[in-house]
Amino acid sequence: MRKTEEGIFRNIDWITVIMYLILVALGWLNIYASVYNEEHYLITDLTQKYGKQMIWIGTSLTLALIILIVDGNFYAAVAWPLWIIVLISLVAVLFLGTEISGSKSWFKFGEFGVQPAEFAKFATAMVLAKYLSQLDIKMTDNRTKIISSMLIGLPILLILLENETGVALVFFAFILVLYREGLSGNFLLLGVIVVVLFILALLIDKLILIIVLAVISGIMFLFMRKIKQNMVLLISLFILSAGVIYSVDYAYNHMQSHQKKRIDVFLGKESDIKKAGYNVNQSLIAIGSGGLNGKGFLNGTQTKYDFVPEQSTDFIFCTVGEEWGFAGASLVVLMFLLLLLRVLFIAERQRSPFSRIYAYGVASILFFHIMVNIGMTIGLAPVIGIPLPFFSYGGSSLWSFTILLFILIKLDAYRLEILR
Amino acid sequence: MNALSGRRYVIAAIFIAVCLIYLMRLFYIQVLNDSYKLSANNNVLRYMTEYPARGLVYDREGVLLVYNEAAYDLMVTPRQVKKIDTLDFCETIGITKPQFIKKMKQVKAYSPYKESIFEKQLSKETYAALQEKLYKFKGFFVQARTLRKYPQEIAAHTLGYVGEVSEKITQKIPYYKSGDYIGVSGIEKSYEEELRGKKGLKVMMVDVFSRPKGRFKDGMYDTTAISGQNLISSLSARLQKYGEQLLQNKSGAIVAIDPSTGEILACISGPSYNPNLLVGRARSKNYGKLFMDKSLPLFNRALMAYYPPGSTFKLLNGLIGEQEQVTNRETRYPCNRGYPVMGGKPKCHPHPSPMDLPGAVSTSCNSYFCYVFRSIIDNHKKYPNVVVGYNAWREYVLSFGVGIKIHTDLPQELPGNVPTQKYYDKYFGKNGWKSSTIVSLSIGQGELGVTPLQMANIICSIANKGYYFTPHIVKGIGEKKKPRPEYNVKHYTKVEAQYFDAIIDGMQGAVDHGTSTSAKIKDLVVCGKTGTAQNPHGKDHSVFVAFAPRENPKIAVAVLVENGGWGATWAVPIGGLMIEKYLRDSISKPDMEKRMFEGVVLSTEKKSKDDDN
Repeated sequence: MRKTEEGIFRNIDWITVIMYLILVALGWLNIYASVYNEEHYLITDLTQKYGKQMIWIGTSLTLALIILIVDGNFYAAVAWPLWIIVLISLVAVLFLGTEISGSKSWFKFGEFGVQPAEFAKFATAMVLAKYLSQLDIKMTDNRTKIISSMLIGLPILLILLENETGVALVFFAFILVLYREGLSGNFLLLGVIVVVLFILALLIDKLILIIVLAVISGIMFLFMRKIKQNMVLLISLFILSAGVIYSVDYAYNHMQSHQKKRIDVFLGKESDIKKAGYNVNQSLIAIGSGGLNGKGFLNGTQTKYDFVPEQSTDFIFCTVGEEWGFAGASLVVLMFLLLLLRVLFIAERQRSPFSRIYAYGVASILFFHIMVNIGMTIGLAPVIGIPLPFFSYGGSSLWSFTILLFILIKLDAYRLEILR
Repeated sequence: MNALSGRRYVIAAIFIAVCLIYLMRLFYIQVLNDSYKLSANNNVLRYMTEYPARGLVYDREGVLLVYNEAAYDLMVTPRQVKKIDTLDFCETIGITKPQFIKKMKQVKAYSPYKESIFEKQLSKETYAALQEKLYKFKGFFVQARTLRKYPQEIAAHTLGYVGEVSEKITQKIPYYKSGDYIGVSGIEKSYEEELRGKKGLKVMMVDVFSRPKGRFKDGMYDTTAISGQNLISSLSARLQKYGEQLLQNKSGAIVAIDPSTGEILACISGPSYNPNLLVGRARSKNYGKLFMDKSLPLFNRALMAYYPPGSTFKLLNGLIGEQEQVTNRETRYPCNRGYPVMGGKPKCHPHPSPMDLPGAVSTSCNSYFCYVFRSIIDNHKKYPNVVVGYNAWREYVLSFGVGIKIHTDLPQELPGNVPTQKYYDKYFGKNGWKSSTIVSLSIGQGELGVTPLQMANIICSIANKGYYFTPHIVKGIGEKKKPRPEYNVKHYTKVEAQYFDAIIDGMQGAVDHGTSTSAKIKDLVVCGKTGTAQNPHGKDHSVFVAFAPRENPKIAVAVLVENGGWGATWAVPIGGLMIEKYLRDSISKPDMEKRMFEGVVLSTEKKSKDDDN
């Protein structure tokens, strides 16, 4: 018995495991504080969210154990079938799922629900790793680019159909994986340019924006010798930009009103703090009122008395900010940064390309979640309903992040047994 | 591959950059910017005021004059109003549906989450009907308040009333918040600080739906309300009520004071009104009505109306003449139905002549006091000219509390008017006037303006032979039951005690066998003096001043009946009845009492405002 345990835990990266455990425990405590109910003061009370989260944590740890027990070769082997199963369930949920506030993305089993889109994240990370780790694959090939885009794009499409825009956006984070595997840095830059253009297109009249772009292109053409030789690239870039601007404009005008409103609020076009901007405003108040040292555990008035909506799920960081102040909030941010850097470190020590690419997938997904979730609570990112990894209340998200991370831990533990 | 593995640093740099930006942002909103802390408090803290009970007011015999009655404000938290039977609701509280919609709109505009007043001061009946159904009207609740109630329905001007504070006051005095009540007039105003007590404050925490969630920091910042102090008024409710009955259907004033203490026993201004009219929801409507009433019921004649004192002023001139050594008890002056010096003007009525000082008081001889007045201010041995003489005379008058504010504890008090030397200089030109120019002062006419309260106070000084206590309406405050200390101070007149007997003899004579015989009371020495105040706007005012008993005086009274003609017609009987009522509590002349109760004196004023001020 003792031997098998040793076998399971052999070579695992305890630093990552401990960081995971700390983050999950902190998440649990903050869920307890955010929905604290004096009549049910036990953190293990199963009628309350914190009691339920305890079940999710228990099951997640069980899942983690199972993942560690399974053979290290298993994951690379099941990447394709798993991805296909997830795609099928993404389609199935469109027909069989329960509709919750406009989104059809949940399978409901009594009180508990499962969201296939959550599992699409690690499935896609695995399939991308599997595909890119083949010996004859080069990122510079157009074929590779197209197939990679499809592997990422298919789940995006299905999730968009479920009306879960926030979750769909997460998949764009995989561009970091492609970049690490050889995609030109221009694409990363292009990505940034598209985002900037996206925002500008919503703020400035599109005709003016295109004229400004034309002027910039003209100047670049006249004064930069290197670009003079690359006229085709410049012109195609200009056309692409104009295309982005027009499609953004089109998309914005055909958006649903609540999405439009969220975007407007984020851009500062609308500042009606009683309606769409309410969440962000209350979130800022909660975090801002925490001060340097916070109000103390269970003393956060803004979150406890429901001024912040979704305070146990998407806005869980408010409780951290309010009760633990700048000291606690920055500690949590730094802990997440440490975890991300640790994942990068693990990635680079892998012998197998599959393990490395998967590790980058994990880092990308975690990074996107952390950036957008914390960003929206402090008014730096638009309000996109995605959870904070390991912190937010909810079974699907905790399970999927646990699976995501522990597959990596297993692959890492197994790295020495892989032959080059 | 080697080239690509360097890309990990680019990715790590992106992670670190985002992290740094977030840390800076957190530092800004949590540490540098304070506005979020304020917003958080606004979200969660509710300052709930605990209103103390306002002090009660009793009369000198322990009769309750003012108390608090519970009233109920209907409050609403608009956000919590859901699925109510609007029709039933409107019927219960007695409003129409359009009114309901309009009010809901108003309160929503204030705040959909915070509570506000939907309907002020429900009647007892409405409250009872509503209370049974309140559970059906979600979002509505009732908040108890108190209203002032005046069970005796007397002394409206004196007791005053309370009303909501104005914006001006809330800005000036931080204690008051919008919606608080404050004394607006009468005792309610002048004893506001004693009566109001001290508000308490409870800091509560509420959730997003304004539901209370407990005390902030376990009540560390809470204070308890302290009840207001009770007051004992010097008024005698039975005398006040009696006086108001005597003065009904007449305009004028009656002021009765206990000379030995300065305590005001009765302070009546007619026409009056029921003080309960200015309470609660009906106040603004009733106030408007009273304000428009041509008989000026809101005008407190006892403290604010300037009347020429008429012949009652001769008492002062006599006293001043004695003190100035230009007259004594035995001095006699001729009278030939008028003042001979000025060719028979001012005129006088037929009476034996010449008379001594008490006789002149008893018969109210005009000529006599013109001589006295002339000899005071034209006293060339003492004063170089008329101006110095006049100023000396004026100082005597002021020492009796006329022409100055005597600082009673009633807020409306006015100083009256004794013309200054400057006034005459301006009116007649410098050196353009002499004693004969202003001779009407000797008989209490001309520019003189004296309030009924001041008339009564003059009589107190005479009854006390040379001093008065400032008249006051509250003789006991709170547990100590003592008046304000300034009311225990004797104010001496400039006339010495020895000179009062001749005047008092004259006053006794006036009641016994002179002009005021209808004020005579069996086995009681009443000293009085009539007056007929000339009124340029209509029929003369009837005036009477008196005190009784002569030894150890217990009551001094001044009565003024506007357009009542001769003093003897209305003022003397009323004064006599007041004295008898207070000292004996039974009336020996029921016929006269009946005549006074039923008598109607119509106003003959040409303009609605009172004269001579």
